Amino acid sequence: MKKVLPLTVAAVLGLAGCSVADQAPDADDDAQASVTIMTHDSFNVPEELVTAFEEDSGYSVTTTSPGDAGAVLNQLILQQDNPTVDGVYGIDNYSAETLLAEDMLTTHDVQLGSAEEFTVASDTDGHLAPIDHGQVCVNMDNEWFDDQGLTPPETLDDLTDPDYEGLFVTTDPTASSPGLAFLVATIADQDDWQRYWQDLLDNGTKVAGGWSDAYYSDFTAAGDGEYPLVLSYSSSPSAEEGRTSSILGTCTQQVEYAGVLADGANPDGARAFIEFLLSTEFQETLPEEMYMYPVDDSVELPEEWATYAELAEDPITVDEAEVADNRDQWLTDWTEVYENHSS
Amino acid sequence: MTRLGWGAAVALILTFLTIFFAWPVGAMLLRGITDDAGALDLSRFGEVLTTGRTWDIAGHTLVMALGGTIGSALFGIPAAYILYRTDFPGRTILRSITLVPFVLPTVVVGVAFRALLGPNGPLGFLGLDQTTWAVIAAMVFFNISLIARQVGGLWQMLDPRTVEAARSLGASRARAFCTITLPALTPAIGASAGLVFLYCSTAYSLVRTLGTPGVGTLETEVFRQTQTFLDLRTAAVFSALQVVFVLASVWLTQRLAHHTTTALRLQQPHRQNITRADWLPLSVTMFAVVVIILWPMFSLVERSLADGDGGYGLHNYRLLVTSPGTGFAGGATAAQALEHSLKIALDATMICLVVSILIALVLTRRVKSRLLSRAQQWLDVFIMLPMGVSSVTIGFGFLVSIHAWDPGLGQSGVFVPLAQAVVALPLVVRSLIPILTAVDPRQRHAAAVLGASPARVFRTIDGPYLLRAVGLAAGLSFSVSLGEFGATSFLASPDYQTLPVYIVRLLSRPGADNFGMALAAAVVLGVVAAIALLLGERIRPRTIRSTS
Repeated sequence: MKKVLPLTVAAVLGLAGCSVADQAPDADDDAQASVTIMTHDSFNVPEELVTAFEEDSGYSVTTTSPGDAGAVLNQLILQQDNPTVDGVYGIDNYSAETLLAEDMLTTHDVQLGSAEEFTVASDTDGHLAPIDHGQVCVNMDNEWFDDQGLTPPETLDDLTDPDYEGLFVTTDPTASSPGLAFLVATIADQDDWQRYWQDLLDNGTKVAGGWSDAYYSDFTAAGDGEYPLVLSYSSSPSAEEGRTSSILGTCTQQVEYAGVLADGANPDGARAFIEFLLSTEFQETLPEEMYMYPVDDSVELPEEWATYAELAEDPITVDEAEVADNRDQWLTDWTEVYENHSS
Repeated sequence: MTRLGWGAAVALILTFLTIFFAWPVGAMLLRGITDDAGALDLSRFGEVLTTGRTWDIAGHTLVMALGGTIGSALFGIPAAYILYRTDFPGRTILRSITLVPFVLPTVVVGVAFRALLGPNGPLGFLGLDQTTWAVIAAMVFFNISLIARQVGGLWQMLDPRTVEAARSLGASRARAFCTITLPALTPAIGASAGLVFLYCSTAYSLVRTLGTPGVGTLETEVFRQTQTFLDLRTAAVFSALQVVFVLASVWLTQRLAHHTTTALRLQQPHRQNITRADWLPLSVTMFAVVVIILWPMFSLVERSLADGDGGYGLHNYRLLVTSPGTGFAGGATAAQALEHSLKIALDATMICLVVSILIALVLTRRVKSRLLSRAQQWLDVFIMLPMGVSSVTIGFGFLVSIHAWDPGLGQSGVFVPLAQAVVALPLVVRSLIPILTAVDPRQRHAAAVLGASPARVFRTIDGPYLLRAVGLAAGLSFSVSLGEFGATSFLASPDYQTLPVYIVRLLSRPGADNFGMALAAAVVLGVVAAIALLLGERIRPRTIRSTS
């Protein structure tokens, strides 16, 4: 009898057609022109909105996602001669110039409105449409600083102050996008960034492998960690109900773009999709779905965001062209500083 | 099976491996060793291989992998005896506990280990957090079951009478073990230790979540060079080094196995009641189960039950069914992701079973011709490569080869079970081989002499062994697919996420609910996988003719 149950379970599962075959697109999709967009893996959009877009535009949408913003860029470059997608969303200002230099995009021809202020400086004829933005900031555990009676740090310089020794956890810039943003910010902000990183590491700064490790294992406010200062986003405090806040003097700008591939099968479909990304309906979902701020300044932020997710008015800005030229060298140099320090 | 049948089997295996492994990986490596004009350019090999850092990385990889392998064997072999050869109340539960780590997403295990070893954790005083030791401990956590399972699978079928005879002739327990049991187990120990070594030497997210001590490993370096720098030529050098690691360890394990491959007298699974004399293996096993496996899992379960206000409850578990997580309003719930995972894993298991049974049969066939025997050895090495090749190479490889060839196919999601089947393949083949090798060829000969057709010999002699091994292999393949993250994250379509990918997405967002849900989902994943493995062990024919 004992053997009957598992055998039955296996047989039933097998016969019930439990298979990924049910993933196949709906039959009626074939009747429509389709548009394929490559996105980063944080892309989320409510099902209803996609359906509405499909009905309005007549295109059926497929999204593919190879990973984070860096993986999206790599994959586009790898399939340069033979792109498998029509458009891309999720290229950020740290890889924008690199993609533009590859000459794979064509103009998006979309009215940007208030998004205009976020465009890449060199992109004068409109290859990359800004879709959302945010800031990478050091977050702090408010309660911890209250309990210790310690004035929180305010700037990048403060982080090397002995008062804040062993309090800060950041993330590896070679493996995480906030880490890269922070490294670029220190380079923009400091005269001798390698010296600064020496001091930062000497001051007991920890470098975690990725954002989740830093935030959920090392940060005092979200995990069982030991570090009341963590590298995160200006939007993160909105999820922590006042337990954390951003240190505005450490914030640096992050913008995400969409573009149309010149050699894609359906550039018009990709243009229509970018228009959809800039529509009020989609822009309104950005905070909830992707933890980013809308580029459309007429869109109102949700309540917790208005209260907790403050943006620095004057963030550390990034020169996209300089990042594209020096990124690899910076990362190699940083690795050397870091490895020499830890060995 | 006739000659034609074998030919077809070999053709099928080669086609599968060529399309779903050799092509993608070859496409990536080719980009690595050619310059922009497409001409062969190996100059990077010289540059990278003369850099001190490269050898630091290789050395560090070796030390960690050896540490993980030795540790897993030290705990795994006694556990194989206790869990598969002896009988006592609660044995099944204990056994299923050891199986769970295998499928837990490494990111979650990282969280569990850090909760335990971190400065505020119960073992924080050891100062192991974020050291090489912590990584090795986590490797042991993952791999004890692999050794216990493979060694135990063979051990339980060894004929006890040989040992009894030795004992009655005056051999001590230790002597009987060393001269009789250990040699009989060597193929399984060698095969599983080789696998563990490969797993450990290619561990990626484990090393990363536990803090990437030192310079990292070959695998983290391949990721860095590919993902961060898109420097495929440097990545190709490190991939080549990884392949050297794989070949070396496969060669070693084969030699180990080769010397000792003997047809064993296999029996119905044989268990004896546990006795006082078993205190040593029992205490080692209990230490392994309680301290190395249960404690981190306990801290995982405990944190998944925390309700955020200092109390405990099922809050996070309720969210799994009802909430797509904050920031996920358009996404699926964890329950839906689990459904996707189960379906994909079922497909992957079917594919993997068909291919690996064929491979195992081809590999264990005794052939007379030197040429054929050489070919077997090559195939044997080749099927291990998927374990030693970085998942970023496989993932990107799929994208630049098959996906580029037919984008529609890539977007349909069919690659996910295929890639998972490739990943599980070496493990599943390795679990089938020791049992099939142990079939006494004289039985086949005898049957043939008595007039049985090749098909009938196969059915009546090999068949029963195969069936017994298939349940095990199915459970293994199913749970590997269920927990697979690396290749899946590259290939899964965004609206058809698997549970491990979903968990990692939850963990990449702030908010207590997201974190709690991720942990609760990890617990569910572990439980489901353990059930699958246990069911797999039970699927086997009621009676197997005694072979002696």
